[in-house]
Amino acid sequence: MSDAARGAVAASALDAARLALLRDLRLAFRKRAQLVQPLAFFALVTMLFPLAISPELARLRQIAPGVLWVAALLASLLALEFLFRDDAYDGTLEQYALSGQSLTWLIFAKTAAHWLLTGLPLALMAPLAALSLGVPAAALPGIVLAVAVGSIALSLIGSISSALTLGIKRSGALLSLLTLPLSLPVLIFGARATQLAISGGPLLPPLELLAALAVLGVTLAPLAAAAAVRISLE
Amino acid sequence: MRDETLEVENLHLWRGERHVLRGVHFAMTRGTCLEVTGANGSGKTSLLRTLCGLIYPEEGRVLWNGADVRADLPAFHAALAYLGHEPPLKAELTTRENLHYWIGVRRRIDAAAMDAALARVGAGPWCERLVRTLSAGQRRRAALAGLALLLVPLWVLDEPTTNLDAEGQQLVGSLIGEQLARGGMVIAAVHHHLPASVPAITRLELPS
Repeated sequence: MSDAARGAVAASALDAARLALLRDLRLAFRKRAQLVQPLAFFALVTMLFPLAISPELARLRQIAPGVLWVAALLASLLALEFLFRDDAYDGTLEQYALSGQSLTWLIFAKTAAHWLLTGLPLALMAPLAALSLGVPAAALPGIVLAVAVGSIALSLIGSISSALTLGIKRSGALLSLLTLPLSLPVLIFGARATQLAISGGPLLPPLELLAALAVLGVTLAPLAAAAAVRISLE
Repeated sequence: MRDETLEVENLHLWRGERHVLRGVHFAMTRGTCLEVTGANGSGKTSLLRTLCGLIYPEEGRVLWNGADVRADLPAFHAALAYLGHEPPLKAELTTRENLHYWIGVRRRIDAAAMDAALARVGAGPWCERLVRTLSAGQRRRAALAGLALLLVPLWVLDEPTTNLDAEGQQLVGSLIGEQLARGGMVIAAVHHHLPASVPAITRLELPS
């Protein structure tokens, strides 16, 4: 090793991922509009349904699972556009790819930050939205859990689409076209879990399926997204 | 102690129908600087990005210490610092925060080293300001501080003096000089020549 490299202690992969995550969290709190946008969208969509369909709570309760999950999916999509775009524009992704660290780890850290900033707040907001749709209070813990687990899978699926559309201008429509079909299993199991939480049925099977999707996503999505990022940097 | 070497063999790169790099080859050893010149569109940036492994060439290879870099890209990347046209800085973070995250991903840095690097590029007075409030020249200086902090043997620089005043350009010259004195290597793509203070420069001109 040359004198130029002597004295430098390389950061561990875990340190690198932690810093990538902390950077995204700090940036998000400096750009609050981006942070609030998906949450406001989620709240607005779920509040519009009672106005558009009927104020009758029994009827709203029936459609609540679908409304909650479609709104959560679309809100999550809104935030996806920002997942890699700014980093691609200002050269951060290039630096990550050339850092000597695992790009997969760094992409995973970025996706984790995305979930903390979008999926987790959506899960925490879900009770308010559910109450406005006439959902009984007893169902709320199950709904929070389902949205929290399901949104992990949504963030991971979204990271692949977001990375694949990086080099494309005005990629919003394509991003939706790629993400929505892949997200269908999450939507189906999430809505089923919410339905069972409302009716008091056995919540565990759909929750386990959601968790399985999240685990599959954790295993495969960062690898796929990192490969897509590398291609976009060419 | 091992001597680092960089060899580029017969590099050919096509971008669509354009044959951008036509058999580029050169070799470098520690303490040397290569200045890459050429007209706009001659492929300077493409050459640097190919060297770094960001672009895969159609033909040819890059050897680091005699081994093809593709055999172990992460190890090669750990040995290089690349500074592109735009400083890799976040507008909503301060210079100090930017360096903390950018350099911290690669190596551990203490506050004293950070302060010294910031002072070295004259960033002391404005290092706590958000980058979006800085001039283009100040942003370039902030990126140079990052470069100095990385402590890697190979610097790959794309237009390192862009947006810098005369003093800033001299700063680039002295930073490169220090890197060479430490036994490092520098490859810089430039429109205007590097400052005369840079020793051991060899030149490579890419055809239009």
